[in-house]
Amino acid sequence: MIKAVLVLNTQGKPRLAKFYEFQSVEKQHDAIRNVFSVLCSRPEHVSNFVDAESFFGPDSRLVYKHFATLYFVFIFDSSENELAMLDLIQVLVETLDKCFRNVCELDIVFNYSKMHTILDEIILGGQVLETSSNEVMKAIEEISRLESASKAINLVPKSVSGWRSQ
Amino acid sequence: MSGSIMENLFQRTLEDLIKGMRLQLIGESTFISKATEEIRREIKSTDQHTKSTALHKLSYLSAVHAVDMSWACFHVVEVMSSSKFAHKRIGYHAASQSFHDDTPVLLLITNQLRKDLSSTNDFEVSLALDLLSRIATLDLARDLTPEVFKLLSTARVFVRKKAIAVVLRVFDKYPDAVRVCFKRLVENLESSDPQVVTAVVGVFCELAAKDPKSYLPLAPEFYRILVDSKNNWVLIKVLKVFAKLAPLEPRLGKRIVEPVCDHMRRSGAKSLVFECVRTVLTSLSGYESAVKLAVEKVRELLVDQDPNLRYLGLQALSVAAPEHLWAVMENKEAVVKSLSDDDSNIKIESLRLLMAMVSESHVADISRVLLNYALKSDPEFCNEILGSILMTCSRNVYEIVVDFDWYVSLLGEMAMIPNCIKGEEIETQLVDIGMRVKDARMQLVRVGRDLLIDPALLGNVHLHRILCAAAWVAGEYVEVASNPFELMDALLQPRTSLLPPSIRAVYINSALKILIFCLDCYFHQNEGSASWYSDHLAGGQSDLFSVKNDTEAAELAMCEGSNYEHHGDFNPRNATESSEDLSVENDVDRVAPHGQTSTPPTLSVNKNSMHESIVNLLNRIELILGPLIANQDVEVLERARNILSLVQLVKEEIIDNSVQSVVDIVNKKDTRVTAIINLLRDAFTTELGPVSTSAQGRIVLPDGLVLEENLDDLQAICGDIELPSSSLFGAGGPHLTTTLDASSSNLLKNEESGPLKESTSLIEHRKRHGLYYLPSEKSEIVSDEYPPANDPKSNSNINDEAAELVKLTEQSLLLKKRTNQTKPRPVVVRLDDGDVAPITVKRPEPLDDSLSGAIKDALLGSETRPSMSGSSPSDKSSRKKEKKKLSTRVRSEMKKNVVDAENPELENPNSSSKNHGHSHTKERRHQGKEKIVEGEEHDQREKKKSGHRHGRRKTHQRAKSPLNVVSQTPVIPDFLL
Repeated sequence: MIKAVLVLNTQGKPRLAKFYEFQSVEKQHDAIRNVFSVLCSRPEHVSNFVDAESFFGPDSRLVYKHFATLYFVFIFDSSENELAMLDLIQVLVETLDKCFRNVCELDIVFNYSKMHTILDEIILGGQVLETSSNEVMKAIEEISRLESASKAINLVPKSVSGWRSQ
Repeated sequence: MSGSIMENLFQRTLEDLIKGMRLQLIGESTFISKATEEIRREIKSTDQHTKSTALHKLSYLSAVHAVDMSWACFHVVEVMSSSKFAHKRIGYHAASQSFHDDTPVLLLITNQLRKDLSSTNDFEVSLALDLLSRIATLDLARDLTPEVFKLLSTARVFVRKKAIAVVLRVFDKYPDAVRVCFKRLVENLESSDPQVVTAVVGVFCELAAKDPKSYLPLAPEFYRILVDSKNNWVLIKVLKVFAKLAPLEPRLGKRIVEPVCDHMRRSGAKSLVFECVRTVLTSLSGYESAVKLAVEKVRELLVDQDPNLRYLGLQALSVAAPEHLWAVMENKEAVVKSLSDDDSNIKIESLRLLMAMVSESHVADISRVLLNYALKSDPEFCNEILGSILMTCSRNVYEIVVDFDWYVSLLGEMAMIPNCIKGEEIETQLVDIGMRVKDARMQLVRVGRDLLIDPALLGNVHLHRILCAAAWVAGEYVEVASNPFELMDALLQPRTSLLPPSIRAVYINSALKILIFCLDCYFHQNEGSASWYSDHLAGGQSDLFSVKNDTEAAELAMCEGSNYEHHGDFNPRNATESSEDLSVENDVDRVAPHGQTSTPPTLSVNKNSMHESIVNLLNRIELILGPLIANQDVEVLERARNILSLVQLVKEEIIDNSVQSVVDIVNKKDTRVTAIINLLRDAFTTELGPVSTSAQGRIVLPDGLVLEENLDDLQAICGDIELPSSSLFGAGGPHLTTTLDASSSNLLKNEESGPLKESTSLIEHRKRHGLYYLPSEKSEIVSDEYPPANDPKSNSNINDEAAELVKLTEQSLLLKKRTNQTKPRPVVVRLDDGDVAPITVKRPEPLDDSLSGAIKDALLGSETRPSMSGSSPSDKSSRKKEKKKLSTRVRSEMKKNVVDAENPELENPNSSSKNHGHSHTKERRHQGKEKIVEGEEHDQREKKKSGHRHGRRKTHQRAKSPLNVVSQTPVIPDFLL
């Protein structure tokens, strides 16, 4: 199963961190720091695998992909195929791209909850459920509609940014 | 009300917060703490919107900036129960992020979850399922199983696939759910919807990884998917399942090998091909054609452009290496080339493979080339190389090493590599070889001398441990040294003050041993026999202390000549000196070529120079070690004091003697000093050997020493400090069980003569270990002209080396001939019982016998089981045990009667492990399954089978063969496959 999904920028700031086994925030933060220290020392055009057993315990593997200013990192165990995980990163990024049209780091910074929604459609409890970005998009649009509908009933006016955020 | 409107109007949303964070000027941590304060205020609001926005911000801060949010758990529950989807989503998200098993409010959300699971809104159900998959506890899983069960067969695929994934967590927490849900879960395997199949196969892949045996009956379903499915994702998961199942059921392998090869040939997806390769190499390695095909695919991966594929290819090779070394050999060119890859992953993997290929015939050549690589690599990889050479060569008590002189020089060379940080390992091996391999000692001392004598090395912190070993070796085996004075000089050089005190202590102790050796020789000479030592020492002395001119050198040659002749003449008189015979012979042989033409000088000349050199030596020791009397470190201080007192004692005697004539010295035999020196020499001549891990256990407890009682007292005093129950031998423990490195062994030697408590056990221990020393039949002669350590080869560039390495492996691997074996392998001391190098003693294997035995019991007939399953989460199975124990016992009691009539041991059904209960649970699953597929008849059969299983476990494999057949065969009915 998948143990964690991380998105870090090239400065080591986490943009998204989702652990599928509960970890205290301190441990999460440590893990992120450790992962980043390994990733940033790796040159371009080398393999996308990193030995993760020292941070995440035995039988854990780490696959990452570097896009522009972001690292997408998946940590998983031997029940997953390494190359399939690389494909899954691709699926995630493609979905983000469809969702935000030419996704960039800022989209991810400002759409924190949407990122989670997308990821939850692809992975549930560490299990990969959906590998088609079209299917994910369908669900995301549904959810967005539902959310704005539930907000529209609200009679109390919101601050301007509150309107804009969805 | 107006307050809440105001709150609403002026509340910052998450987006505002993020923007503020990016623009803040007050420092991030201050900003965060201010924001958290604000959130604490807002979250108390009665307005749902304000509250949920605050929670949203908090969960963002918690995820991205590691802010604690456990304090807000009650608010989370409130927001979760909001009727508005947007709020509910925020609440669920916060819960999945912050809730865990110990969260106090978990009990409060059961009803909310139940309501949402039964909702008609797919997305609400989906939120609840997502949360459940993260935080389900035993209680939650138990209470919500009916809801999940309903969803398993719902027509809404979007919800059904999520429900399937949740089942994994529910089974894990609440095994009884298996009875309810398993049937429906299996039905989903036959679903026509690809998403559902993906989900359910994924769940079975996880379940099978933990306990493969229980899922054998489902093999037909998986087989169908393997043949029919077009979805790579599903195929990969099914292959993973089969990789676990195939080793358990031989006929299964036969069935799946064809379809797997089919996929391997046809598929264009690398991930699927790689999974096929891995499945074949791990689980179907008996099928030659399949393995051949897999290796072919691996070769394609190895030459691919993509470093990921190259890396995975190498990994696949290392999976194959233990059973199919030929696969590695065939690809060695690619492997060697990978050694100079840019990617450190690939380099390390290829290094590993290379070391897997090494055999005794060419370990020297490969190590040489690797060492040259190491010199040019970055420090990290350099040490990786050194580490793997050290590990490979020392494996199984230096199994692979034939020529220890070569290996010892290699160790010395490694020590000289500037980036080397493997000091500890090299130290360990130097000492270990010294103790185990008698014939390597001369070379050891030589290497040790080279290391000790170089003042530059003393400045390198990483080398200190190695120097420590070198010093110990020099002291311990000084009798084979070519020049003790030189060693002494190296040990006393001023830069030794750079060493840490513990190592300095070893230096001083080694100096003491050398001094004793020199004095002993001197007194023996004085006793009148024209011993070889005198000449030898005089020669060495002139080398070091005297002015070096031509005449001196000539004299040296003469001395050595005389040594040769004298030895020949007077040998019979020397016969009493038995202990040093070996070294005498060695050195005579070594020295012989020098002294062909010289005339024998007079005895008195020798004696005079000898005397002079000894006095010089004593003065020197006094001069250098004198200041150490004020040293801070006790160890250094005490040893320095010991040696200095001895020096003073000897000095008085010798200076007395010097005024007398030579004849007088000869006559004066029974001086105090000679007695002392003899005593000390005897103390040092006892050989140290490797220590078996179980050595301590063999020591008989002396009469009158009641260890246990003492410890009991200790327990009363220490109160809560827990003493291990096996601390029977604890008293002597710290000394004998800790690493027997140079310093501690020196310590032991020192203490031996003292009237300490340990001394009895130590002597006992030595006596016992004497039994394990194998007699060395032949004394090996090593020529002086040992090939220099660093060959000129090292100048060639990397590519040349790669080619060379390929060539090397080619020659030696294919021809399989021993290229450099010019002499037989020397005797290596091995201990009879579980030889563990004494160095590893400090980390004894945490062998849990009861556990492994229990697993074996639970495994029933299966011989092999992937290591994964051994680690099946104990909390899970133990819980299962609790739940199942009662019903299990009832069931098994009935069945037992059939099989166990002959077995008196069955009174103890709980004595076997937790896995016991575990396997029953799973059996029940089989039953459910079988019922669906085959109906009553098979149910009977299944029951019978489980009856046999009981019998087998209870008899503890007594009636092995007949039951084995019965218990194995019915697992997969033939006609299903």
